[in-house]
Amino acid sequence: METQFPMKQILNEDGIVVNSEYESQMTEELTKELYVMMLRARMFDRKSVNLQRQGRIGTYVPFEGQEAAQVGSSLVLEEGDWMFPTYRDHGATLTYGHSARNLFLYWKGYPMGCVPPEGKNIFPPAVPIASQLLHATGAAWAEQMKGTDRGSIVYFGDGATSEGDFHEGLNFASVYNAPVVFFNQNNGFAISVPTEKQMKSKTIAQKAVAYDIPGVRLDGNDIFVVYFETKKAMDRARRGEGPTLIEAVTYRYGAHTTADDPSKYRDQEESKRRRETTDPLLRLERYLQNKGYFEESWKAQVEEEITKEIEKAVEDMEAYGPAEPSDMFTHVFETPTWSVQDQYDAFKARVKEEV
Amino acid sequence: MSTAVKTQKLTMVQAITDAMATMMREHDDILVLGEDVGKNGGVFRATDGLEAEFGEKRVIDTPLAESGIIGTSIGLAMNGFRPIAEMQFLGFIYPAFNQIMTHASRIRSRTLGTFTVPMVIRAPFGAGVRAPEIHSDSVEALFTHMPGIKVVIPSNAYDAKGLLIASIEDPDPVLFLEPMRCYRSHKLEVPEEKYTVEIGKGARLQEGDDITLIAWGAMVDVIKKAAKEIEEEEGIHCDVLDLRTLYPMDRDLIAESVQKTGRAVIVHEAPGTGGVGNDVVSLINDTSFLYMRAPIKRVTGHDTPVPMCAIEDDYLPNADRVKQAIIETVRF
Ligand SMILES: Cc1ncc(C[n+]2csc(CCOP(=O)(O)OP(=O)(O)O)c2C)c(N)n1
Repeated sequence: METQFPMKQILNEDGIVVNSEYESQMTEELTKELYVMMLRARMFDRKSVNLQRQGRIGTYVPFEGQEAAQVGSSLVLEEGDWMFPTYRDHGATLTYGHSARNLFLYWKGYPMGCVPPEGKNIFPPAVPIASQLLHATGAAWAEQMKGTDRGSIVYFGDGATSEGDFHEGLNFASVYNAPVVFFNQNNGFAISVPTEKQMKSKTIAQKAVAYDIPGVRLDGNDIFVVYFETKKAMDRARRGEGPTLIEAVTYRYGAHTTADDPSKYRDQEESKRRRETTDPLLRLERYLQNKGYFEESWKAQVEEEITKEIEKAVEDMEAYGPAEPSDMFTHVFETPTWSVQDQYDAFKARVKEEV
Repeated sequence: MSTAVKTQKLTMVQAITDAMATMMREHDDILVLGEDVGKNGGVFRATDGLEAEFGEKRVIDTPLAESGIIGTSIGLAMNGFRPIAEMQFLGFIYPAFNQIMTHASRIRSRTLGTFTVPMVIRAPFGAGVRAPEIHSDSVEALFTHMPGIKVVIPSNAYDAKGLLIASIEDPDPVLFLEPMRCYRSHKLEVPEEKYTVEIGKGARLQEGDDITLIAWGAMVDVIKKAAKEIEEEEGIHCDVLDLRTLYPMDRDLIAESVQKTGRAVIVHEAPGTGGVGNDVVSLINDTSFLYMRAPIKRVTGHDTPVPMCAIEDDYLPNADRVKQAIIETVRF
C-alpha cells in the first residue's frame, strides 16, 4: 500500500526542486507570498506561546512546524469557500482571514474568539475530535445543491482518523459527491500516541480507497506541493468531481498544548534535530536563496510589518475589556426560553447587588 | 482504630491511581484502557506508573475513538475481563453514548443475566479549572437517566479510592466521574490497603438542625464553605450531605436529614432543567413531604452551555449563591 501512495514532493529538504510539474506556476510573487504567510503564522504562534507563559492568555495549542500544511492549503481558498478547523489550525484560519485579535481572545477564554470576520465562512475550532468532518461535508453538499462552485476544506489530525465521524464524513462525501477537501495533518502523534499505535495502515491517504475517492500523500513540510495539490483537489471539487483525501505528513516541534509535557513520550533531542530537515520555513528560505529571491533586508522588513500587525492584535485583545457574562445567556436561543430568561434575570439582580 | 492501618497522604488523583494499582495487583483480569493512559500516564496523570508496573498488555493506549473504547470494553467485559475505560474528559464521552445507552446498560436485562458487563468508565468532569471549551461539561444527569448503569462521584481522596475499588468489584457497569477541581485541591490520609466505600451510600459531613445542604463532586467544597460562613454570620446550622453516588441515591440518608431539618438546598453545577437535583426534590416529596417547612431550593448551573473560561465563574454556583438560598429557605 505504501508504494501505491508515495509521498509527493516538489521541494526537497535542501530547497531544491525535485519535481518540475508545477514549475511554470512557481513565480517569485507566489513564492514570496507563501513565505510571508508562513512567517506570519509562525510569528503568531510564537507570540501566543509567549503570551501564555506570561499568563496573558490561557492554555494554548501550538502548531510550529505545521505552517506549510496550514498555509499552503488555505491559500487556495476563494471567497465563499468554507473552512472547518480544529483547535490547532490558527495558521490556516489566519491565512484565510480570521482576525488575529479574535484568535487571541479565543485562547483568553472569550466567547468572542469563536466569531470570524463578517462574510468569512470559518467555523469555530472543532474541539471534539473528528466531528467537523461531517459539517464540512454538509456545508459542501449545500453548495452543490445550490449550484455554486464553492466547497469546503476540513482540517484534522492523524488521531482523528480513528473516530467513527472520520469514516462517516468520508462516506457521506463520497456517496453525495460533495465538494470537500479532507485535509489531514499527520504530525505523527495524537497527544502521546504515535501513529503506529493509532492505526496499522502505513498511510492515511490509502483510507480513501475504501470510499472510492482520490487519496494523496504529500510532504506536508513542502509548501509548494501542499499548495498545488490542494488547489488541484479544490478545483476538482469545484468542477463537481467530488471529494479528495489529502494526507500532509508533517511534524509539530512543541508540546500538544502548553499544558502538556512531551518529554514523557517523545525524544526532545529528535524534535530539535528535526528542524534541520523538516522546518518548512527554512526549506522555502533555502529555495528563495537558491533562486536569488532572498534578501535579508526584505525579510527584516516583512518581519517588522508582521510584528506590528501582531502587536496591534495583542493590544486590541487587551483593550477588548472584560468578557461579557451576559453572552452566556443571550445566545442560547434566538428568543430565550423562560428558564434561560429567569436565570439571566436572577444573574443580573445578583450582579447589581454585588456592585 | 485499634490495629494500626498504614496510610499515606494522597491527593484525589493519586488515590484513584492507587485504587487501580491495588486492584490490578490482585486481579489479572483487570485492564485499563483509553487515550494516552499508557506512556503518558493520562492527561491528568491518573494512570501514572501503571503501564510501567503492569505492562502494555494491561494498560493500553487505544486508538482515539470513544465508541471504540467503550464498545470493545463491553466485549471484553462480557468475555472474562474487567475493563476500566478512561474517557479523557466527560465532554468527549458523547461519541460513546450510543454504546453505553444501547448496550452496556442493558445487556444483563436483555439476556436475563446470561451476559453481564462488569466494567468501569472513568471520566474527569466539571468546570472551574480553566479548561478549554467543551472539556468542562457536567452531564451526570444523562447517565442517571440511563437504566442499568450506576453513577458514582467522589469528592475527596479517601472516598475516591474506596468507591473506585467498589466500582471495580461491582458486577454491573459503573460510571465513575472525577471532579477535576478536586483532583489536587487537598490531600487526605488514605489507607495503603484495599478498602471499599459502599456504592449508594452518601456521607454526612456536618451535623446541623436548621437546614440540609446536599451536593456531590466539586460542589461539596462549596456547600461546606457556605455552611461554615452561614453559621458564623447568621447562626444557621446546616446538615451537610455529600451524596457520593447519584444512582442509586442514598434515599434513607436524605430522608433522615430533611425530616430533622425540614428544609433543603440542593447544589449542582449542571444545568437546573433535567438536573439530578430534581430527583432529589422528588425523593424528598416521596419520603418526607409532611416534614417540610419550606419549599426545597436548588442552586445550579444555568440552562446554557458551560461558557468559555473567562466567564465560567459566572456559570458556577458559589458559596454566596448558596448562602442566599439558605437564608431564603430558612426565612420562608
Ligand atoms: C472526542 C474527543 N476525544 C478526546 C479528545 C481529547 N484530545 C484532544 S486532542 C487529542 C489528540 C488529537 O490528535 P490528532 O487528531 O492527531 O490531532 P493533533 O492534536 O495531533 O493535531 C485528544 C485525544 C477530544 N478533544 N475529543
